[in-house]
Amino acid sequence: MLRAENLAVQRGSRTVLSDIDLALQPGEVLGVLGPNGAGKSTLLGALCGELPPSRGQVLLDQRRLGDWPGAERARRLAVLPQTSTLNFAFRVEEVVAMGRLPHASGQLRDAQIVGEALQAADAAHLAGRSYLALSGGERQRVHLARVLAQLWPGGEGQILLLDEPTSMLDPLHQHTTLQATRAFAERGAAVLVILHDLNLAARYCDRLLLLDRGRAHALGSPEQVLRAEPLQAVFGLEVLVQRHPQRGHPLIVAR
Amino acid sequence: MNPVIQPRSLFIALGLLLVLALWLSLALGPVSLPLADTLQAALRLLGLPVGGVELEQAELILGQIRLPRTLLGLTVGAVLALCGVAMQGLFRNPLADPGLVGVSSGAALGAAVAIVGGAALGGLPEVFAPYLLSFCAFIGGLGVTALVYRLGRRAGETSVATMLLAGIALTALAGAAIGLFTYLADDATLRTLTFWNLGSLNGASYQRLWPLLLVTIAVALWLPRRARALNALLLGESEARHLGFGVERIKRELVLCTALGVGAAVAAAGMIGFIGLVVPHLMRLLVGPDHRVLLPASALAGASLLLLADLAARLLLAPAELPIGIVTALLGAPFFLYLLLRGRV
Repeated sequence: MLRAENLAVQRGSRTVLSDIDLALQPGEVLGVLGPNGAGKSTLLGALCGELPPSRGQVLLDQRRLGDWPGAERARRLAVLPQTSTLNFAFRVEEVVAMGRLPHASGQLRDAQIVGEALQAADAAHLAGRSYLALSGGERQRVHLARVLAQLWPGGEGQILLLDEPTSMLDPLHQHTTLQATRAFAERGAAVLVILHDLNLAARYCDRLLLLDRGRAHALGSPEQVLRAEPLQAVFGLEVLVQRHPQRGHPLIVAR
Repeated sequence: MNPVIQPRSLFIALGLLLVLALWLSLALGPVSLPLADTLQAALRLLGLPVGGVELEQAELILGQIRLPRTLLGLTVGAVLALCGVAMQGLFRNPLADPGLVGVSSGAALGAAVAIVGGAALGGLPEVFAPYLLSFCAFIGGLGVTALVYRLGRRAGETSVATMLLAGIALTALAGAAIGLFTYLADDATLRTLTFWNLGSLNGASYQRLWPLLLVTIAVALWLPRRARALNALLLGESEARHLGFGVERIKRELVLCTALGVGAAVAAAGMIGFIGLVVPHLMRLLVGPDHRVLLPASALAGASLLLLADLAARLLLAPAELPIGIVTALLGAPFFLYLLLRGRV
């Protein structure tokens, strides 16, 4: 599994992340919360090997991330970035099929997986269209399908890192996307997802990490983390925490 | 913006176009040969005992003049288009040109040094003279590209944005140096320099062809092996890394391929613009951006278009000959503007 030990990351001379100890658990969705600049994306960058740690290490199965051969790592760990710069007129299914590049599972199986991943990301109806003709939210779902295809069907030992997968989505698709993520985790993969919406985090995450200025302010269940005091301390926002009338998870309302 | 043509149909069409271009390029010129003669002479060149003595002249024209020229055009066109695809993939920009990394301007500088410097030194021994120009152009292209690549590197990573800017700066610098050589040149060398800069397949010989042919074969075999990596690179560099590709190595290989390919092409035929920019772009509009199709399609189309452009260069003002760079620019620039205005860039 993916584990960060005493992790610190510097950008230039500034330490933007420090003292992070974190282990992603199979089958669990871990939400990362925090204000802008708290180090969420830096954490994700360090966990996928994109940013070298200045102290500590990131281990995938007891082995440093940098020591993994590229394709082997890619079959275990997939990353959805916040934004994409793809500027070429690939068809939607071609974009998703890129998730199969680290595999040698054959064209037939790949096409089947691409279809299933598109279905899971609620983007099956986009098949055949040019990527460039899609809206921002549709593109985001296509990329979600791409990273799902990279790990499909998902299972224990696999890790999915998502950087604000709902940032451009309408309310319905914010929920369908996180439901798809949950369903994916239930097949055994460990999922880390950066979110801004506290209520989405409360509903879909098993555990939450609250980051504040590069440090872990709180790590625990939504009930433990989403309380008025830590939220006030980290976001500077006065909130009321209630219970969701049907589901029982915390419901956060600004005062 | 979906692909207009299925890859299979495109390859058939491009194959036919190339055969047509090859035949016309072999048959037409100041002395036009009938189709049958061209074919028979070509067979005789291969050592088959066809036809009679009356074909000797045709065989001579074909073997000594048309065939090396046609092969040179074929290779230059293919390698320029392939390198164009590589650069557009590396810069993730459909408007990138192989000249961006400084290889063309470096080669031009090398040529200026050879032409003007060679003349000032009173010329080298006859044997080296034809090689000196090509050699200097090739070294100039490699050198400037290596410098651009070096400038783009920081902390073990290559920034393509920095490379782009370094390429612009070094191109300007090379332009200034070429200007200086132009200023120093006498009338005869000035003419050589100007004509070289306009590009030409004139005076093609097998000696000029071989080095380029070897480089082109290497590039044509190597780049398709990186087609999947190029596809992933279009997603973004981090995305390609997340998909398991060694992005730094691929960037290095792409720059090297381009420096070798364009350097050798410019060394053999001078500056020929727009093929590397327009051909990949056109192919992408026809079959989409998948490099597994785009690379071979661009190579075929680049070869055909350059042969046809050379044909125009030979025939338009016959018996005089236009520099081919003028023809490709005359055809390429309006097409490029058409693409821009159509909003499909």
